[in-house]
Amino acid sequence: MDKNRILDARGLSCPQPALMAKETLSRLGSGTVEVLLDNATACVNVSRIATKAGWNVREELSEESFRLVLTK
Amino acid sequence: MSALTHFFTSRWGPILTGAAVGILAPVLVKLGNPGNMGICVACFTRDIAGAVGLQRVATVEYIRPEIIGLVLGSLIAALLFREWKPRAGSAPVVRFVLGIFAMIGALVFLGCPWRAWLRLGGGDWNAIAGIGGLVAGVALGILFLKQGFSLGRNRPTSTAAGWIMPALMVGLLALVSLAPQFGRDANGNPTGPIFFSTTGPGSQHAALFISLGVALVIGFLAQRSRFCTIGGLRDLMLMGDTFLFYGIVALVAAAFATNIALGQFSPGFDKEPIAQTDALWNFGGMVLGGLAFTLAGGCPGRQLILSGEGDADAAVFWLGMLVGAGIAHNFNLASSAAGPSPYGPAAVVTGIAVCVAIGLTMREPIVAAVRGSAATTGE
Repeated sequence: MDKNRILDARGLSCPQPALMAKETLSRLGSGTVEVLLDNATACVNVSRIATKAGWNVREELSEESFRLVLTK
Repeated sequence: MSALTHFFTSRWGPILTGAAVGILAPVLVKLGNPGNMGICVACFTRDIAGAVGLQRVATVEYIRPEIIGLVLGSLIAALLFREWKPRAGSAPVVRFVLGIFAMIGALVFLGCPWRAWLRLGGGDWNAIAGIGGLVAGVALGILFLKQGFSLGRNRPTSTAAGWIMPALMVGLLALVSLAPQFGRDANGNPTGPIFFSTTGPGSQHAALFISLGVALVIGFLAQRSRFCTIGGLRDLMLMGDTFLFYGIVALVAAAFATNIALGQFSPGFDKEPIAQTDALWNFGGMVLGGLAFTLAGGCPGRQLILSGEGDADAAVFWLGMLVGAGIAHNFNLASSAAGPSPYGPAAVVTGIAVCVAIGLTMREPIVAAVRGSAATTGE
């Protein structure tokens, strides 16, 4: 099974980005998930949820876009 | 700047913001605001609706600088930290309707979620039923979120759209400062188009620049920390995430301590300021409020903060609240110290039914947003 996933949470209101991330990480269990976001709040929330679930978080941030690479 | 950002996005950010609200709100009461109403986004939006004539209850008319300050404080923080981003397009008309019913629910209880916690910190035990309703409403909203409820994605929009809400606030600031009185009443005295209560809660307020200054500080802090009283309950129940919940705890603790220090702590059910004692409809009003706020993505304070950051959908929600205040008083739905109005409960039930219909019908299945490898996403 291909465990590389892209989760596009751009433009979604709280708590959907964090909820999507939580459910996706829980379902996959391990692998790599790229999360695309468009605001700092969602970025912090998803990072916190992922870290809490034991995933490694790499942030690639610019002013316009936020990309988190989650690995486990 | 990055150290500050790191601090505010740590668990200390919401705690500091909650503590600031908990301390400064009772101080505003000491300086003239109504009891346990140092800051209330619902009550103060209702007062603004009265001041501009959208409702004409003579005791609740004043352009509250606190609302203005929250938006402008957020705007300043968002601009300073490069987070100001005009965006729109996530089901605005649904958010407008949610704003209307959220306000009706809040005015049956007599307070927004911030005020519910401030009332608790002031010893008004009627708030407990309201907070129970709030928890139930958030829990109901979570059921819909778990089943894929979504108002859809917003999109970047024109700069002008992001500036409308801050510009509206500057306009309100001009109106409260200039207080234009173009009309004449039956006795020939100047009146309107901006109305100011001479008795009742609308006449009780701290000095304009103090209210504005306090709200600017809170707006700034809330933008940096993402403080949200609905998010605090929602994230705790939905994901076991305590990040925002500690902000609520800090708010109540700080309000309790500050009210004690200022001699304003008055425990009981009867004769509490701007409160009614009917537990059932304190609960019911906030079930509606909690549900509507959860579906809209945040408490009314948070909606103001988002609108200051350029979120035009959050601005539409607040405009819904403003219109909802007009409806709540013109249709005699809002409670008074005597209890719920004869029509309030029916409005609450209607509002819950509408929100449930919205919760059941607006969906974007979460699984559909998870795509395969980059090659298939077109990203």
